[in-house]
Amino acid sequence: MSLLEVKDLKVRVEEREILHGLSLTVNPGEVHAIMGPNGSGKSTLSHVIAGKPGYEVTGGQILFRGEDLLEMEPNERAAKGVFLAFQYPVEIPGVTTWNFLHAALNAQRKARGEDEMSSPAFLKKVREVAKSLNVPQDMLKRGVNVGFSGGEKKRNEILQMALFEPAVCILDEMDSGLDIDALRIAADGVNALRSPERAMVVITHYQRLLNYIVPDYVHVMSKGRVVKSGGKELALELEESGYTQFEDAA
Amino acid sequence: MNVVAKTETGRALGDTFALVCDRLPGKGKISDQRRQAFDAYERLGLPHRRIEDWKYTDLRALMREVLPLAPAPDAAALKRAAAAAKSRAIDGVRRLVLVDGTFAPALSDLGKLEKGLSIRALSEVLETGDGALSAQAFASDNSNPMIALNGAMATDGVVVEIADGTVLSRPLQIVHVASGTTPAAMFTRSLLRLGRDVGATLVESYLAADGVKAYQAHDALVVAIGDNARLDHVRLVEDTVDAFNISSATVSLGAHAHLNTFGMTTGGHVSRYQLTVAFAGEGSKVETNGVNLIKGTQHADTTLFMDHAVPDCTSREIFRAVVDGRAHSVFQGRIIVRPDAQKTDAKMMTRALLLSDEAEADNKPELEIFADDVTCGHGATTGALDESLLFYMRARGLPEKEAQALLIQAFVGEAIETIVNDDLREVAISTAQRWLEARA
Repeated sequence: MSLLEVKDLKVRVEEREILHGLSLTVNPGEVHAIMGPNGSGKSTLSHVIAGKPGYEVTGGQILFRGEDLLEMEPNERAAKGVFLAFQYPVEIPGVTTWNFLHAALNAQRKARGEDEMSSPAFLKKVREVAKSLNVPQDMLKRGVNVGFSGGEKKRNEILQMALFEPAVCILDEMDSGLDIDALRIAADGVNALRSPERAMVVITHYQRLLNYIVPDYVHVMSKGRVVKSGGKELALELEESGYTQFEDAA
Repeated sequence: MNVVAKTETGRALGDTFALVCDRLPGKGKISDQRRQAFDAYERLGLPHRRIEDWKYTDLRALMREVLPLAPAPDAAALKRAAAAAKSRAIDGVRRLVLVDGTFAPALSDLGKLEKGLSIRALSEVLETGDGALSAQAFASDNSNPMIALNGAMATDGVVVEIADGTVLSRPLQIVHVASGTTPAAMFTRSLLRLGRDVGATLVESYLAADGVKAYQAHDALVVAIGDNARLDHVRLVEDTVDAFNISSATVSLGAHAHLNTFGMTTGGHVSRYQLTVAFAGEGSKVETNGVNLIKGTQHADTTLFMDHAVPDCTSREIFRAVVDGRAHSVFQGRIIVRPDAQKTDAKMMTRALLLSDEAEADNKPELEIFADDVTCGHGATTGALDESLLFYMRARGLPEKEAQALLIQAFVGEAIETIVNDDLREVAISTAQRWLEARA
């Protein structure tokens, strides 16, 4: 059984259809890149998979390990193992990062019927993960993302990914707002989390990120559809010729 | 002659006063003061929405019945009250308990009073006739009908005097417990007098014994803060959700004095807190913070009045409300800067968080400035929880209610942080926590 199956997905925002029948199959261990120009529906896809309110699914389905993902609340999807790394992680003043992470981790565990993790056990775990990703302890004590730089925010997303150990990670425009050094650090973090059980869907506008996170498959989106799929060489091809050819094709 | 149309409730209050006035503590001058206060109340009548100050809290609509004056508590009532007070006990404070409007020495901690601290029952002060003290306790603002009514009817309370230079190590707590088995009204009045260079902390708590139904608590606190003195004040209203609580605090501040006050209302069906601060000496500072957490059909009104009459004083008012269900939050903040009050720095901010479509928050800031060299300002925001934050939190596995609770805690926490005393801050946090848990 595939890990994630998007079948002929049609999505509307208000009265406008954004996705016009998109299909995508992701198996454990695979890294898929989804590329496309602005407005092609890449972020919409990531939002709908994670369950963001405001989108109306008018056709098709999304299955996660064969279960209907669209019937689940966003928190249920997270507990099942779906993780969305946000393009713009929000700031939550007054809620410390580790308080938030502890509450979220325990909510996921509870939903899966596992025991909640005690504060000392959690602190030990989060410290280990932070250390392995070079995230300073001080960041954990601050309000979630409050006053963080763009790079710190993305590192905080990867920290959460490492902590929650999801089955599928959707990385939405991870490179936006990052300079080349910050990008490399973030990509190293992601690569460290690659495993035969875990799949990743890397959404990006630029080929640059894929030099650091090398995908198994590349899909090109245009105007709400996947218009071409191929191996990692497709990304290089795009770098040469741009998206214009696909816009005409769509 | 002015003729005020009396409502049913207004007439019934008149009957109650006629019935009890001879039995209320304090004869002679006090008795005259009570009569004057009642006359003032009668002239004004029960406040209603056409009176600007009561626009959002129309007592003619909200206070439908007059309850009989609560009888002095019997042994069973005291026992119930003791259990209630114990359930909300705060470590390290000196507790003074008023049960059904009567001071209960047996439940109060009157042992080993620090040097410079004096505590007496109001009824005793009135009966033994300390004229000056009684006069101060009854220095009523009869232009406010509910303060006038309290002046007429008050049965008991505490009179606390703290001598010059005394810094109290233990906070004082006045606990108002409703304990009667039948619905009744309580009228209490307390006086807190801080001399020069005094440091003190006062907690006021309002609660009820198990199973107590629909009661009315009318309270007035008169506070005089001497030169260079500091009062930290925390007020927690945890009345039952069918109770009625009208409380007023009237504070006068000497020179270079400091008042830090925090209020939190989670209980009561209808509640109103009126705080009036009169700046009487230069260089003084007032910080008022508060957060009301209400739901269901609760109505909570916080009305603050900062009266800057002298130069060089600072006032900060930051009021928050978390409103769920069909509850109604009211904040009125009035700042007057009188002609002599140059260099006044007065700011006011109100923020309401609406958790449901039917929740309502009315905010009314009023600035009246008659001096020209001042810094004054106010701001107000009203809104729902941020959807983008909620989605982020849910995408990390938190169920909606839990995500909301974390955001509400953060909102409330910023207000609670202003409480200086660690133990009291913890108490406020657990009070908010109880509200959130009851909501989940």
